[in-house]
Amino acid sequence: MPTTPLEVYFPVLVQALLGVGLALGLVGASSLLGKKLKNKIKDSPYECGMAPQGSAEERFSVKFYLVAMLFILFDIEAVFLYPWVVVYKDLGMIAFVEMAIFVILILSGFFYIWKKGVLDWSQISRIQRK
Amino acid sequence: MPANFAFPTEAEYIRFLPETILILMGTLIMVLEGFAGDGHRKGTHKVALFGLFLAMAAACYAGSNPGPAFSDFLLVDGFGTFFRMLVLTVGILAVLCSPSYLSRERADSGEYYALILYSLVGQCILATANELIMVFIGLEISSIATYVLAGYLRDDKRNNESAIKYFLLGSFATAFLLYGVAWIYGLTGSTNLAVIRQYLQTSATADPALVGLAAGLMFVGFAFKVSAAPFQAWTPDVYQGAPAPVTAFMSAGPKAAAFAVFIRVYITAFDGIAETWLPVVWVSALATMVIGNFAALTQTNIKRVLAYSSIAHAGYVLVAVAAHSQIGTAAAMFYLASYVFMNIGAFALISHLSRQGERYVQVNDLAGLSQRQPVTAALFAIFLLSLIGVPLTGGFFGKFYIFKAALDSQLYWLTVLGLLNSAVAAYYYLRIIVVMYFHEPGHATESLEEPAAGIRVASLVAALAVVVLGVAPSLLLNVASRSSAIGR
Amino acid sequence: MPPPPPVPLVAYLTLSAILFVLGVAGFLIRKNLITMFMSIELMLNAVNLSFVSFSYHLKQTDGHLFTFFVMVVAAAEAAVGLAIILTVFKNRATLMVDEVDSLKL
Repeated sequence: MPTTPLEVYFPVLVQALLGVGLALGLVGASSLLGKKLKNKIKDSPYECGMAPQGSAEERFSVKFYLVAMLFILFDIEAVFLYPWVVVYKDLGMIAFVEMAIFVILILSGFFYIWKKGVLDWSQISRIQRK
Repeated sequence: MPANFAFPTEAEYIRFLPETILILMGTLIMVLEGFAGDGHRKGTHKVALFGLFLAMAAACYAGSNPGPAFSDFLLVDGFGTFFRMLVLTVGILAVLCSPSYLSRERADSGEYYALILYSLVGQCILATANELIMVFIGLEISSIATYVLAGYLRDDKRNNESAIKYFLLGSFATAFLLYGVAWIYGLTGSTNLAVIRQYLQTSATADPALVGLAAGLMFVGFAFKVSAAPFQAWTPDVYQGAPAPVTAFMSAGPKAAAFAVFIRVYITAFDGIAETWLPVVWVSALATMVIGNFAALTQTNIKRVLAYSSIAHAGYVLVAVAAHSQIGTAAAMFYLASYVFMNIGAFALISHLSRQGERYVQVNDLAGLSQRQPVTAALFAIFLLSLIGVPLTGGFFGKFYIFKAALDSQLYWLTVLGLLNSAVAAYYYLRIIVVMYFHEPGHATESLEEPAAGIRVASLVAALAVVVLGVAPSLLLNVASRSSAIGR
Repeated sequence: MPPPPPVPLVAYLTLSAILFVLGVAGFLIRKNLITMFMSIELMLNAVNLSFVSFSYHLKQTDGHLFTFFVMVVAAAEAAVGLAIILTVFKNRATLMVDEVDSLKL
């Protein structure tokens, strides 16, 4: 019967070692046994068989940044809904009202970005063209 | 339902009313901003002012029925109400000097005022926080809004730099504070200030060294927010780079609120381990005064001079904290109140004097101001004299009470060194007065137009407050002494 | 089979302290604004780990709730911070903190 932490987590250790060993073994075997071919096509990154185009360090439009940021904000605000759901039945009406206030505040933020035209991509490009 | 859970009562909602009003008015401004075209933006500062006065009334009303709110997360007492009123006053004065500045820089918009209101929400929470997580949340609400304000003119390189420095160093320091909170929570099993206090006074299970370490980590965060040495390095750059009305706001509001919560946490919760943190405050107070005053001597930019002076003033307040007595707390409250008025008044006048793009911010640009605009020069002189601590100004009694409290607590060395520091400080303030009154008007003062109405009102009110505090200090000191009994 | 003995509290706290120190070191050593910001996020998450393990150890739920608040604050900070970094980059075309130095004497 395992008693000390070392004994209990021994299977984890074995699995970790197996995983690392397998990865190292496969990479090592292919580099030892495989044929070495060096040409331009071999060196290029594999992209579903298509020819890769351009550099990976291309600059993205700021629109992507805005949408990503908004996603994170709304996503994180939703975290408060989970504990609320758990105790909702016990707390009843007052919990509903308080969460309604919270959601209305979030929605007024949403309304603000909407009116500012952040969500309207065609409008952003129109402003940029001006 | 958890056993110790109780629904908030009506009185508890009323104790949270000032913050509620500020949040609603801020959000209202944002929604209005969404509707308004470019032509309708000029009125938003009136909405903000209305909200601020309403919040002030609510803070008064909440203060008339003191007590805890929301499972002891907030504690509305005299101390909290005092600082709530103080930061709301700062908000009003800052909003008054902003419209002319913003339209001069062609940056009229409602978001500016909404951000000020949101920042004040955080500061009001800080004033009444009775719980370490509320301290963290209040600090972050106040700071995040201020980070944006510091970089408000986003095409201005100085604004950018100010915002990025403030943001990076501010978040870095807050992370230390939070780590301290986590350790206090782990060691004492609670984040409530009163419970922590009781635990540290009675129980011997917590390792005093670890508790001291956690209190030290929290000190890093607080020292940064009040710009106390050795975490003061950000202050000159941030104050210089930010728009002048924003500097007025953030050198007064967030600083007063951070001091409020710093005093409350250390006097209430960490009272039992006072002998571990008092020497740290002692050293920090001295270092802050020395660094602030001596670095200010060589500055030529007025905003930087006042930034270093604001570091030095944080040092004086720390002397009051180091006194570790109820008189000391009252002295700190009085000092912060008079500091807020003289500082915001000085920066309000700077936002007028600097002109578009803040071109004229050198000390020499004030040459001969007394001949061109005697009233402006006189008001500026009042604020500078109060910053020195000349009798008949609020600054004098502020320093007087602080050093008296320090003497009562037998901090003789700190008092002597502090007084020497004030003497050094007189030099760089007087230099500005000399330039204003005894130099020939230069090209900078020749082209100066009349100050805008908002700036005139804000600086007059601030000057009046400074003089009243200097002539009849007992008006405020009585309030401060009555409200300074925290944690007892 | 009885439940395995739990990982001791000290192990979590040590990991949290290591992560926090890594964050501090990253902030002080790296010169890229984004990397510095990421170091701060690492510090906050190290604190979250402390909160959760303390909370588990004390058999309370408070600590778990605090991590929610820390996460929300971190997200708000990320939104504001990245926006500020973006404006810096737009005006100066650099993300190196040494080159953001026009405010001096």
